[in-house]
Amino acid sequence: MRISIAHDTTYAYAIPARAVVQILRLTPRSHEGMRVMRWRVEVDVDGRLRLGEDSLGNITHTLSLAGPVGGVTVSVNGEVETVDTQGVVRGTVERFPDAVYLRTTPLTEADSAIRDFADGLLADNGSDSLSLLHGLLNAIHREIAFDPHPTEVTTTAAEAFAMRRGVCQDLSHIFIAAARHLGIPARYVSGHFMRNDGVTEQDAAHAWVEAKIPDLGWVGFDPTNGISPADAHVRVAIGLDYLGAAPVRGSRYGGGDERMGVKLTVQKAAQWQAQA
Amino acid sequence: MTAFDEMHGFTTHTEEANVRVAYEGLRTWLQDTPADLLATRRSQAELFFRRIGITFAVYGEAEMSERLIPFDIIPRVLMKTEWEGVERGLRQRVNALNAFLRDVYGPRECIRAGVVPAELIYRNPYYRLEMVGRPVPHGIYVHMAGIDLVRVDEGTFYVLEDNVRTPSGVSYMLENREVMMRLFPNLFTAHRVAPVETYPDALLATMRSVAPSSAGRDPTVVLLTPGQFNSAFYEHSFLADKLGVELVEGSDLFVTDDVVYMRTTDGPKRVDVIYRRIDDDFLDPLVFRPDSILGVPGLMSAYEAGNVTLANAVGTGVADDKAIYSYMPEIIRFFLGEEPILGNVPTWRCREKEALSYVLDHLGELVVKEVNGSGGYGMLVGPHASSKELDLFRRKLKHAPDNFIAQPTLALSTCPTFVASGVAPRHIDLRPFVLTGTDGVRIVPGGLTRVALKEGSLVVNSSQGGGTKDTWVLDA
Repeated sequence: MRISIAHDTTYAYAIPARAVVQILRLTPRSHEGMRVMRWRVEVDVDGRLRLGEDSLGNITHTLSLAGPVGGVTVSVNGEVETVDTQGVVRGTVERFPDAVYLRTTPLTEADSAIRDFADGLLADNGSDSLSLLHGLLNAIHREIAFDPHPTEVTTTAAEAFAMRRGVCQDLSHIFIAAARHLGIPARYVSGHFMRNDGVTEQDAAHAWVEAKIPDLGWVGFDPTNGISPADAHVRVAIGLDYLGAAPVRGSRYGGGDERMGVKLTVQKAAQWQAQA
Repeated sequence: MTAFDEMHGFTTHTEEANVRVAYEGLRTWLQDTPADLLATRRSQAELFFRRIGITFAVYGEAEMSERLIPFDIIPRVLMKTEWEGVERGLRQRVNALNAFLRDVYGPRECIRAGVVPAELIYRNPYYRLEMVGRPVPHGIYVHMAGIDLVRVDEGTFYVLEDNVRTPSGVSYMLENREVMMRLFPNLFTAHRVAPVETYPDALLATMRSVAPSSAGRDPTVVLLTPGQFNSAFYEHSFLADKLGVELVEGSDLFVTDDVVYMRTTDGPKRVDVIYRRIDDDFLDPLVFRPDSILGVPGLMSAYEAGNVTLANAVGTGVADDKAIYSYMPEIIRFFLGEEPILGNVPTWRCREKEALSYVLDHLGELVVKEVNGSGGYGMLVGPHASSKELDLFRRKLKHAPDNFIAQPTLALSTCPTFVASGVAPRHIDLRPFVLTGTDGVRIVPGGLTRVALKEGSLVVNSSQGGGTKDTWVLDA
């Protein structure tokens, strides 16, 4: 399936900033289930956009803007072609052994409630990784309500689990915390999801999880939708948690209050493009 | 358990006892000086320290308080011949630590060769993935190390801890000497004490030597502090002053196009070397903790681009992790092909099943430490622990054995110390400061001697009520 993405992130500063620096993880790499057909990252003001790669192999752009900067829009325009690989992710850039993905981070630390929750799955699903992870996927999808109000980007897995609600970031963090507690390497994926209900305008980018299963390799799990990614997911970056895969991490000197707006369209690419 | 006494060796502590040669002069001094004069000198010393303003903030109390670290006026003395052995061992140790770090952030041969277990590296939060495959200027990671040593007999010093992140305490070494020389000038005419005052010059020379190649002949060095609320802020301002470099906070620096600048009244000035006393986690909010307001956004990009040297390098914490510590003898053999000159304290790694069950069975005899703890926090001294504390640690150990190591309760050497009841032996350790630059390793003779002022106590950390002494290396 061909998916096209138009993703604008706009920052407006109450007073012009002296300088802005951002690290962007907005550019996907091709892998077996996905080919990047075209992709562009642009900014609407003069500045430097330096291409790089982070330690996990994500493509990064480091944006430096010298002030005064009243605001900036980072625009992503791209198109990918995906095929359904039943959630199995092959042909990715792998820089580290799996043990790295067993680390806990402050955002993904399993507290006793998450540990009990994960241990409970062992009783129901046995210790086979694949069935355990499917049990985890279903349990989180069932028990944690999607609700953008109570959580923020800094909410930890334990906090979201205690509230039993959150957004895709929180659900993914809970999944990761539980999986790692069970000794299964897991990582955060940021990207996009093409909805199947015809809605193409979205409020925010998507996030899900990959877990390492013996004999299968890395397998995607999307606890928000309760599915494994098929051909509607566009995988952009990975991290130990949200912070490692965040689409934008930025800072500015001066600038007062900041307003951020996101305009995101994820849709089937137009027919003529698909045939091109 | 009888401890080796620095003054008397293993002989019983009596007036007639033999005195080790290093302490002959001090014995005469102690015999000839009336107790009330010693007491007067001690309060003078305290006055000096108060005037200098040398304090240390203690965390974990209801209100964070500024405290004066008690100073003991009786020096700890090493003969030059004893020191030379220690010094060789320190050089070897720090060279191995640097080789280890170059390897784990580079080819990872020691992991492949099975010298250290892979998961101890990969699962260690101080193994900074951001540093993998990114060489640091001149391949030096540890520019400043504070290696904690304890002595158990005439010829045996053990390394207790390798402090290779942002070791502190060197200002006390310098101040202790200055105060001793003011209080007891005669002692210094009677003894040939090796100078420590050269440390700031050695430190500055080390910093300048590791500047990136892009820096000119006169590299700009700054000292980056988290600010005045940090427990070691006094030391930061003291050292910046001694070095003659700017003391800066994160907000005084900024990064443009991968170059670090300092704001000055004459406009931006390029910075080449940052002696940073901020933990990795707080250095750059774009890469590490996003809520850090202590760091410099973009600093890591400048670092990766090779435009600035951070001292110590980012990611050194993986080398002084207490679990890695237990592999140091193997690390020294692997990288240097030499036998370790300074031994390790025998260590049970609680991550290993048999070790854990031994530790649980012998908890009352052992010292248990958190793998990533420092400053004597989160530590259990078995023989001195209440049954409640023992129970707590038993639970902690069972819950997360990987987080702990255990060591025998060592009979740390003692040194005569001036306490309320007069002169009495108290347990001590030694933290020498080891500098590594492109022009080699520099160590000023001695270091900081810390003393556990409570009778029988083995915890010398200043955060736990320890004091300090001047440390002499005597030219015979």
